[in-house]
Amino acid sequence: MTDSRARILARIRTAVADAPEAAPVARDYRTSHTPDAPEALLDLLHENLADYRAHVHRTAPAGLAALVARLLAERGARSVVVPPGLPEEWLAATEAARRFDEPRLTPYELDGTDAVVTGCAVAIAETGTIVLDGGPGQGRRALTLVPDLHVCVVRAPEQVVASVPLALPRLAPARPLTWISGPSATSDIELDRVEGVHGPRTLEVVLVTEP
Amino acid sequence: MPAFPEAAREAVGNPTLRANLRHATHTIRDKRARAVAELDDWAALRETGKRIKDRTLRQLDTYLLQLEEAVTAAGGTVHWAADAAEANRIVTELVRATGETEVVKVKSMATQEIGLNEHLAAEGIAAYETDLAELIVQLGDDRPSHILVPAIHRNRGEIRDIFREKMGSWGRPAPEGLSDAPAELAEAARLHLREKFLRAKVGISGANFMVAETGTLVVVESEGNGRMCLTLPETLISVVGVEKVVPTWQDLEVFLQTLPRSSTAERMNPYTSMWTGTTDGDGPGTFHLVLLDNGRTDALADEVGRQALRCIRCSACLNVCPVYERAGGHAYGSVYPGPIGAILTPQLRGTASEVDASLPYASSLCGACYEVCPVAIDIPEVLVHLRGKVAEEGGKGHRLERAAIKASTWVLDHPGVLATGERLASATRKLHPKRLPGPGARQWTESRDLPELPAEPFRDWWRKNRT
Ligand code: SF4
Repeated sequence: MTDSRARILARIRTAVADAPEAAPVARDYRTSHTPDAPEALLDLLHENLADYRAHVHRTAPAGLAALVARLLAERGARSVVVPPGLPEEWLAATEAARRFDEPRLTPYELDGTDAVVTGCAVAIAETGTIVLDGGPGQGRRALTLVPDLHVCVVRAPEQVVASVPLALPRLAPARPLTWISGPSATSDIELDRVEGVHGPRTLEVVLVTEP
Repeated sequence: MPAFPEAAREAVGNPTLRANLRHATHTIRDKRARAVAELDDWAALRETGKRIKDRTLRQLDTYLLQLEEAVTAAGGTVHWAADAAEANRIVTELVRATGETEVVKVKSMATQEIGLNEHLAAEGIAAYETDLAELIVQLGDDRPSHILVPAIHRNRGEIRDIFREKMGSWGRPAPEGLSDAPAELAEAARLHLREKFLRAKVGISGANFMVAETGTLVVVESEGNGRMCLTLPETLISVVGVEKVVPTWQDLEVFLQTLPRSSTAERMNPYTSMWTGTTDGDGPGTFHLVLLDNGRTDALADEVGRQALRCIRCSACLNVCPVYERAGGHAYGSVYPGPIGAILTPQLRGTASEVDASLPYASSLCGACYEVCPVAIDIPEVLVHLRGKVAEEGGKGHRLERAAIKASTWVLDHPGVLATGERLASATRKLHPKRLPGPGARQWTESRDLPELPAEPFRDWWRKNRT
C-alpha cells in the first residue's frame, strides 16, 4: 500500500517534470449574474425553485405555523420528524405526531415517517437551490432524505444569496452539506423527467419575509 | 473486443438503437445550449476551469498529499491504488473487514473502469447499482453506453421488459401489471431499491471532485440514490481517480456552475452531497478513500494528451458528436465512450489492442466536442496526436494500423456522419493535417485528401442552424 503511494507520486513527478509552469488562475467570471436587490432575488429564487418543481410559498413570520400545518395536512402527513433545534413555534399548529431524532431514528423508522420540517443554511437564487449544513433545525442528512415530504423554511432576506460563488464562503466545508434543487428526479427513461425516485417526492419551500 | 468499425457497424444496423440515441442526444444538446446561454460569463468560467485543472495536474503530487492529510485529519483513511487489480483488492478487503456480503453503489465511472462489481461478485460480494440507469444496465446484463445516461440506448418498452423479467431475481420483483410509463418504471425502481438502502451497511461511491485544502468530497446526482448510499450505511468507500482533485474550496464555484449546465442542462442538479471525513452522529462512521492511478500517470506524461485528465465527465461532447450519435456508446469498447473516450481510453490502456488503436480514428474531427467542453479540452488536437502515435507504433502493414485505417474509412464513408462533421469542422481548421500523420495513414490519404473544410466559423454555423 505504501509502495503504491510512493510509486504513484514518483510517476506523477516524472510525468510532469518537463511540463511548462501552469498559467495563473484568473477569476474574471462574475460573482453574481443578478442585480443586488433583495426583492428581485427572492422572486428569482421563487421562480427557479418552482421551475424545478418545488412548491414555493411565502408568508410573514406570524403566518408560518399555520402554513406549515396546512402543508403537512394537505399531503396527508400524520407524522413529522423534528430535527434538534427546530424552533418550536414552527410546528405549533400541526396535529401531526412529532418524532424526535434522539436517540437516532433507524432508517426503517424514518421510512415510516411521513414528513420532515427543517430550516436551511443558505438559499441560492440563480440556481434555485437550498443548502443544508446540519446546523440547528436541520438535523443529520438522513432526516431530509428518507421521509417522502420535505418542508423547508428559508428566512429572507438574510439566508438568500444570488449565486454559487456567493454561497460557498458562507458554508463550512467541515460540515456535511446537502444542496437541494427541487425534489428527487430522474431523466433516465427516454429523458422524460420523473419526480421522486429515492429522495422526497415533494419539496415544499416556505419563504419567510418580514412584513 | 472488436475494433471500432466492426462494433459500430452493428449499431448502425440497429434502427431502434439509432432512434433512441438520436432522440436522446438531440434533446440534451438543445437544452444544454439554452442552459449555457443563461450565463454571459461562460467563456470566462470555461477558461478558469481549464486553468484550475491544468494547475492541479502540474502539481498533482502536492495536491494529493494535501488532500490525504486533510482527509486523514477529518477521520478518513486514504489508500493508494496503482492499478485496477490493486484497487479491487483494497475494496474487497475493506468490505470483508465489515463482515458484510452486499454493498450499495452510487454510479461511478472509476469503479466501472476497474470492473469492481465483477470482481466483488467473484469474491462473493453482491454489489447493487442504485442509479436508475445503472440498475437498468445491471439487470439487463448489459453495458453502459453513455457517461451520464448509461441506458440511453434503451427505450421504455425494453426497460419494462427488463424490470419484469429480472427484478425478482435481485430482490423485490416488479409490481404486477407494470406498464411502460416512466413514472411507473421509476416507482418500481424506488420500491425495489428501498429495501436495499434501508438495510445497507456498506456504500461504495466515486466522486466528482475532491478539495485538497479541506479534504471535502463532492458527488452530484439527481435521484437521491447517491445520498442514500453516502449517508445511510455505516461504512463508505469512495474510489476516485487521482485527477479529480481541485486545490481550493473556492474552485468549486467554477465547476458547480459549469458541470450541471453542461451535463444535464440544468442550472443545478437536484442533489449535491459534500462530506469531509466523518462527522459524529451524521452519516457513515467509517470512511475510506481509494486514490486510483490505473494509467492516469501515463496519460499525464503525454504532453498533448494530458489535457484529457481535465475532463469533468459532463458528457456534453458525446451529445454533439455525429459519430457517437450513429455508432452508440458500446462501439467504443470502454466505459468512456464518445469523443472523450476516444482520447482517454487509448491513453489509459495503451494502444496494444485493436479496439484501442482504432479509437483515435473514431471521429470526423469536426470540432463540436471542443466547442462544448466546459474545460476546453482540445479533443481534435489529441485525436490527431494519438493517430500519429498509433501509426508510429503500428509499423507498416501492422494489424493495429489496419484496424485504425478501417475506423477512419468507416467514418469517412458514412455520408451522414461526414456531412455533419464537415459543416462543423471549421473551428478546428488549424488542426487538420492535409494528410493523416504516420506512414500507415499515408497509403490511405494518398488516394484521397481529407475533406475540405468550410471557412464559416463554427459558432456562426451553430447560431444559424441550431438556435
Ligand atoms: S471531455 Fe469535456 S465535454 Fe467531454 S465529458 Fe469531459 S468535460 Fe465534458
